[in-house]
Amino acid sequence: MSDLSLIGMVSIFTAGITIAIGSIGPALGEGRAVAQALSSIAQQPDEVNTITRTLFVGLAMIESTAIYCFVITMILIFANPFWDYAVKQAGG
Amino acid sequence: MNFNPDAMIILQYGLIHINATLVFTWIVMLLLVGLSAWVTRKLSVDTDIPAWQNLLEVLVIGIHDQIRDISQQNPDRYLPFIGSLFLFIAVSNLLSIIPGYQPPTSSLSTTTALAICVFIAVPLYGIAECGVLAYLRQYLRPTLFMLPFNIIGEFSRTLALAVRLYGNIMSGMVIVGILLSFAPFFFPVLMQLLGLLTGMIQAYIFAVLAMVYIASATTAQHRKNTNRRAIPDNAVNDNEEQI
Repeated sequence: MSDLSLIGMVSIFTAGITIAIGSIGPALGEGRAVAQALSSIAQQPDEVNTITRTLFVGLAMIESTAIYCFVITMILIFANPFWDYAVKQAGG
Repeated sequence: MNFNPDAMIILQYGLIHINATLVFTWIVMLLLVGLSAWVTRKLSVDTDIPAWQNLLEVLVIGIHDQIRDISQQNPDRYLPFIGSLFLFIAVSNLLSIIPGYQPPTSSLSTTTALAICVFIAVPLYGIAECGVLAYLRQYLRPTLFMLPFNIIGEFSRTLALAVRLYGNIMSGMVIVGILLSFAPFFFPVLMQLLGLLTGMIQAYIFAVLAMVYIASATTAQHRKNTNRRAIPDNAVNDNEEQI
């Protein structure tokens, strides 16, 4: 097996694994956060504005971990430095 | 598929490359500055104000109130910085409904520049508020051993700020691009709508986080003084910081 196909194979496999595992944690976290926020709103409907604002900021913070994984996946697939290097070596 | 506006060269003079990010950033800047300059040329204090002035007043007052809610301080000092961050990011994300437009925030260089602005603004506001020594001393809180972690946190949150905005906007564009290739017409429009919502929320998040970072740098000294009197405001401040 040539270096090129090995690099391609490992990159794509790792990209899939990265986004799959990387989305589990944020999904669980966001579920918990939304559930907690909903029960807080049910208990204190007057504080809807504060709770919603904090919820959105918190959700964005939680979601950013999934976004990091997504960025890594995109780098692995579209802008892989090792792939470029191997192509350059193979080309001459 | 080309998702990176940095790689789209529009003009080229010798060594100077004008890429799509620059062009679209200038368009957004021109739009914001031009519109504000044109509207504020003829302001009135009557009961009957022009529609555009009303729009700007709603925007400025809205941002003003949000900053006051979040920082629990006088918002006038932070309004220009936070407001421009929010308006720039919001406008550059919302304009993405125009065909052919690529949001400058989908390039990592733009978002990094914005994050570095926040990175520099935090110590500036902190020092202006409570002095050099008091500002530096808060790196030693709660103990001396936390110093390296506080410094690492300063850099990592800047990185997170940049990558969060970039990742959200870029992922919206990538998803629309991929969907166009196998489910054209209807489904990409829905994702584009979702992208508008995401863009607006991300602009809000960026501004709120910048404000929270600045507020945590400026209230450090203030909080220590008020601790003895146990003002209930403390609870609010502590909650805000945990964000």
